[in-house]
Amino acid sequence: MAEMKILTKYIDDPRSNELEFYESVHGYDGMKKALQLKPEEIVDIVKKSGLRGRGGAGFPTGMKWSFIPKDIPKPKYIICNADEGEPGTFKDRKLIEKLPHQIIEGMVIGARAIGANKGFFYIRGEFNKGIDSMQKAIDEAYAKGYLGKDIQGSGFDFDLVLYAGAGAYICGEETALINSLEGRRGHPRLKPPFPAVSGLYRCPTVVNNVETFSTVPHILDKGADWYSKIGTEKSPGTRLFSVSGHVKRPGVYEIVLGTPLMELINDLCGGMLDDVPLKAVIPGGSSVPILTAEECKTANMDFESMAAHKTMLGSGAVIVIGEGTDLVETTYRFARFYAHESCGQCTPCREGTHWVRDLLHKIREGEGTSEDLELILSLSRNMEGGTTICPLSDACVGAVRPTIQKFRHEFEAKLKDRAKAPSPVASGV
Amino acid sequence: MSYRFNPDSEKRFSKLMEMFPDKRSVILPGLYLLQKEKGYVDREGMAYLAEKIGPPISLAQVYGVATFYTLYNKKPVGKYHIQICGTSSCYMRGSDKIEEHICSELGIKTGQTTKDGKFTVEEVECLGACGYAPMVQINDAYYENLTNEKVDELLRSLD
Repeated sequence: MAEMKILTKYIDDPRSNELEFYESVHGYDGMKKALQLKPEEIVDIVKKSGLRGRGGAGFPTGMKWSFIPKDIPKPKYIICNADEGEPGTFKDRKLIEKLPHQIIEGMVIGARAIGANKGFFYIRGEFNKGIDSMQKAIDEAYAKGYLGKDIQGSGFDFDLVLYAGAGAYICGEETALINSLEGRRGHPRLKPPFPAVSGLYRCPTVVNNVETFSTVPHILDKGADWYSKIGTEKSPGTRLFSVSGHVKRPGVYEIVLGTPLMELINDLCGGMLDDVPLKAVIPGGSSVPILTAEECKTANMDFESMAAHKTMLGSGAVIVIGEGTDLVETTYRFARFYAHESCGQCTPCREGTHWVRDLLHKIREGEGTSEDLELILSLSRNMEGGTTICPLSDACVGAVRPTIQKFRHEFEAKLKDRAKAPSPVASGV
Repeated sequence: MSYRFNPDSEKRFSKLMEMFPDKRSVILPGLYLLQKEKGYVDREGMAYLAEKIGPPISLAQVYGVATFYTLYNKKPVGKYHIQICGTSSCYMRGSDKIEEHICSELGIKTGQTTKDGKFTVEEVECLGACGYAPMVQINDAYYENLTNEKVDELLRSLD
């Protein structure tokens, strides 16, 4: 199986980040086409393409754009969410460093579609190389008249500002990102109102992921029909997957949606590191339920197949875990991440994530009891399903509970009172 | 007030004040300017920033923002700030051993700064380089696919 490179076709060229090179490979053609169209025609094309947001939630992009109210006097804003931070996820960083113009082009198209004259590129503060690459590209685009006043004589004005976050994972959540851009703590906001109605500076706002914007120029250039025929019916197109963990060739791969997970691991990533047997895979970033090696055999990389396996594609991060890995330790480290990143607004998350982390630490140290394990499961029920403003505590549950359920024997083996604990056979493992 | 931005920061600050529809947005980039000058953000600098942005922005608001975000150092760090990613993907590729090695080479524990003020070592959460693990961030740069040998070479190259 080969990759199907649409977004990443030129990523390995040393000049991929330069405007001149980008133009030589049909860069900004999609934008030029879009500028000839009416805004609603652009929205229709993106809707027809079936493109779903590549940030994690998978919401249809065209539909998101269509929620922006048309005839209100307030300014409208468009934001690129480049605050990539989900453990396992590192695909956007590549696009930012190597293909910044593709993102800018997508943002201009999106801005035109929703009538925004100002946009922000919100990038995680650690990505210094990406910040430089993007700022350089923004400056080049201004100089060439792809940004600023009267873009390419179309009468459309669009200004783009780069804004660096400051190390808070929660700012990847769109309302927390908006608060951060407004110079506040990154606290998620209650929805509704949704950003499309009241977002940045209380104005209508669209927030899309880096990969989503990177896809848009190709759809405008080659058409909705071309795009919707790639992939599966409900998951059209290609997608970038960032593979980490125990494979021979970790990295970012662009594949057609619907590709079997094992093909990605065995063919593209060269199989398991040191040829250890596969133990488990987390298919969509740390917050999604883990798959056992057995489940991996039937899982395909698309929204439908993942749903059938009771997990998700999430942020496109495939974490491959080999036999011999201590899952109690990895689960503890995920929980520690969520405890560290909880913004502290909602009690179930603020207390829950820390409590779960502490209990897992106890178990990891061999000091935990079967009651502690039960307490984690009981706590997790109070941390999910809308008890909090945003889904960060749900994400913590997603990283912890399915692993305990599917690999319970490993956790029990570390319990202090393991003699009393139900035997692996009795618990059905 | 005694603290003042240097001329370069002053110029950048004025530009920032024109960039956003609401001047509150200047708090985050303003804190970066402070940190660039001093290496960390302190109360004096934050009070200065609040006053420069002007009402209704107060020291409390700037302080509240600075303490929320991990990239603003609230106290001085060494000349080289070594941040080791210890989240699961990095752990699975041996970040704990790299951390041990760095600490033993420098003779300090995680969270400490060497006596000469040269190195500070910290373990941090995901730096978004999971496929190139184990890795560290030193000041602005990422160093990936580390081995003990690469770490030795890297530490030697920093003076």
